[in-house]
Amino acid sequence: MLIAENITKRFAGVTALDGVCLEFRAGAVTAVIGENGAGKSTLMKILSGVYPDYEGQIRFNGEPVRFSSIRDAQACGIAIIHQELNLIPYLTITENIFLGREITTRWGTLDKNAMRIKTQELLARLKLPIDPETRVSELKVGQQQVVEMAKALLVESDVIIMDEPTSAISESEVAVLFTIIDDLRKENKAIVYISHKLDELFTIADQYVVLRDGKSIESGSMQGIDHDTLIRKMVGRDINTIRRRTTGHAFQSLLSVENLCLKHPVRVQENQLKNISFSVRRGEVVGLFGLMGAGRTELLESLFGLHPKRCSGAVYLDGKSILPKTPADAIRSGMALVPEDRKKDGLVLGMDVQTNISLTVLEKIEHAGLLSQVKETTLAKKYVADLKIKTPSEKQTAKNLSGGNQQKIVLSKWLATNPKLLMLDEPTRGIDVNAKNEIYKLILQLADEGMGILVVSSELPEILAISDRVLVMSEGILTAEIAVSEATEDVILKAAIPKSMSERVKE
Amino acid sequence: MHLTATTYRPFLTRFQSLIALFILCLGISLLSDKFLTVANFWNVLRQISVNVCISTGMTLVVLTAGIDLSVGSVLALSGAITAGLLRNGIPIPSANLYIGFTLLGAMLAGILTGSALGWFNGWAITRFKLPPFVATLAMLTIARGLTMLWTEGFPITGLGDSFTFLGTGWFLGIPVPVWLSGLIVAMAVLVTNKTRLGRYIYAIGGSESAARLSGVNIDRIKMAVYTIAGGLAAIGGLLVTSRLDSAQPNAGTSYELDSIAAVVIGGTSLSGGRGSILGTVQGAIIIGVLNNGLVLLNVSPFWQQVVKGFVILLAVIIDKRTEKNE
Repeated sequence: MLIAENITKRFAGVTALDGVCLEFRAGAVTAVIGENGAGKSTLMKILSGVYPDYEGQIRFNGEPVRFSSIRDAQACGIAIIHQELNLIPYLTITENIFLGREITTRWGTLDKNAMRIKTQELLARLKLPIDPETRVSELKVGQQQVVEMAKALLVESDVIIMDEPTSAISESEVAVLFTIIDDLRKENKAIVYISHKLDELFTIADQYVVLRDGKSIESGSMQGIDHDTLIRKMVGRDINTIRRRTTGHAFQSLLSVENLCLKHPVRVQENQLKNISFSVRRGEVVGLFGLMGAGRTELLESLFGLHPKRCSGAVYLDGKSILPKTPADAIRSGMALVPEDRKKDGLVLGMDVQTNISLTVLEKIEHAGLLSQVKETTLAKKYVADLKIKTPSEKQTAKNLSGGNQQKIVLSKWLATNPKLLMLDEPTRGIDVNAKNEIYKLILQLADEGMGILVVSSELPEILAISDRVLVMSEGILTAEIAVSEATEDVILKAAIPKSMSERVKE
Repeated sequence: MHLTATTYRPFLTRFQSLIALFILCLGISLLSDKFLTVANFWNVLRQISVNVCISTGMTLVVLTAGIDLSVGSVLALSGAITAGLLRNGIPIPSANLYIGFTLLGAMLAGILTGSALGWFNGWAITRFKLPPFVATLAMLTIARGLTMLWTEGFPITGLGDSFTFLGTGWFLGIPVPVWLSGLIVAMAVLVTNKTRLGRYIYAIGGSESAARLSGVNIDRIKMAVYTIAGGLAAIGGLLVTSRLDSAQPNAGTSYELDSIAAVVIGGTSLSGGRGSILGTVQGAIIIGVLNNGLVLLNVSPFWQQVVKGFVILLAVIIDKRTEKNE
């Protein structure tokens, strides 16, 4: 029904999709699987008209089509349900479903009655027995997901794309979702189902398509394939990156974390981090892997003093008991955090290179209570040279540099504080291969100089390339600790896939 | 060197408000022979010094991506406190006591009042995560009400020559208010360019989360900034009170608008992180010259407001465009 031929999509130097070919059939659920960054979301955004700019061709019911907007795709009968919910909380279900396509009477006023009746029909079809006039903010997340689906079904769609529909909902809600999908399949719709949770695919999907590094690797029937084969297909790339050679470093303990818990910001009785205990030694690179929502970022943030009120447990750095209450505390005790969102949290984009680098160490460039321009430029020049930051001058605005160079600025500003423990959250996301390798080398070099390093990454090859030890998290729990010599991609992935999910499927 | 497009574009961008000011002065002086006189020059500078005081504080606030709507009322209350203490002191009939205030003491009390109100703004904003717009809007009303209570609705007049010297006197051939506002501007320039506080102010406005992760104590910096803004509004209040030799209960009404206009015309971004004190000074001068020129040209006060409004619009539009070009 929907066929993609040779789709290629490039973003500023990075090839996100490379000649992808695939087919989605009517009356079948096709699972699109692949690691983070394999290109799943990009592909879906092309199919649903979010990115009108790409090479290749899409054929829909035999006709070549090219969507210039989401509206365009919707009109043709392709609907997408995004991973993030796009609902307006203070409007009712009806108002949300009809947003932008309201039914009007011939006087030009809203025909609320007609819209309510239509909403009622949709909700009945999706088995959500709730008054259409309920505000979305009063619904549970799973119910909101259903409203999103109703939105997609309002326009008769032949293809329905679901991006990680179960990432935010409970198990009983998943069961409801699956019966709805089943009904849609019987109505001869083509359903595209993207999910990290491999186990649920065996319950719901008929076909699979594997994407890896922006290429379509393989497709086939879910019949007769098992979990491990699927994982192998997902990750089975040549491992050509440098592996961390084990150094003869006499590892002394540096960081030790005991029973760290973090309360959920809204659901207070629930914990986002559950009794996390681990250690990082001097000169060691510890890789922390987990799927989206596993709690990796929350762990780093808690250690860095960003959630002092919700966080409990014991943290020792260099033998001293610390549980930082503010980032300033954390920095003082010798920690540094390179955050996940470089542009928002890592840098002040509107400031120049040298002001960004000196921001963490302003007291060091003071002279008689005033900031010394000379000292500041000297400091910046040192790091620009050491880290090979490509910039016309230290006075260049950070906004104008490439992702890799921006990340090096963030690293510089932290190295300037002489940290004992360097925490990095997705340090190479959106960075080109060369800069990636430079950052890997830098990380290994810093470790050799005795720094303890904790790297969060959702890219397995990255974890395997630079870590001495791999920690795996899933649903706020530390599920595995593996020496890098024993770590393989499928061992790690198995530990990362949510337990609750696989158990439910077995029952 | 040839002035190619690439070399004069940054020049234009950098000095656009100065160029605008120059054109404005040229235009007015062609239309009125009273504009380009020494007396009028000092007159204009004296008039704008109050706005310069207030707008310096406002610039700091806006650089953190905040806003302070309460400056006009804070100005009024601070001026009234100083005037009241100077004139009446604090009589305590029950103990048969009377606390008198020296000139310096009364002025300090006024400035402290303004700073305290500013501190309260900062506290409300950081402690309860209120939007600055709302917190300072509340203060606008609170401080105005307190002014009415303190003055009982009547002006406090007859404050003595030594106090009126502050607003009307001359020192070394330059009006005292110009000295005072010049001093404040010089200090603010130093703070914004050369101190940690200044750097943190820009960082918070540029990206609050990046500043927080870099170990900046956001709340403390914001409190400091609002306190300074309150203190500077109070100094503006002293100048107004002294010039009129009278503390008016409705002094400073809508001064926050002139101040925000000066900040915006001066090229400071309302979303924070970008701008400068000297830009604001230029903005204040432009507004001052415009006011003065329109009066000299006998333009009706109603039209003056219309013209001022369009100038603000124009300034912001030009600023947006240069921002895009950068």
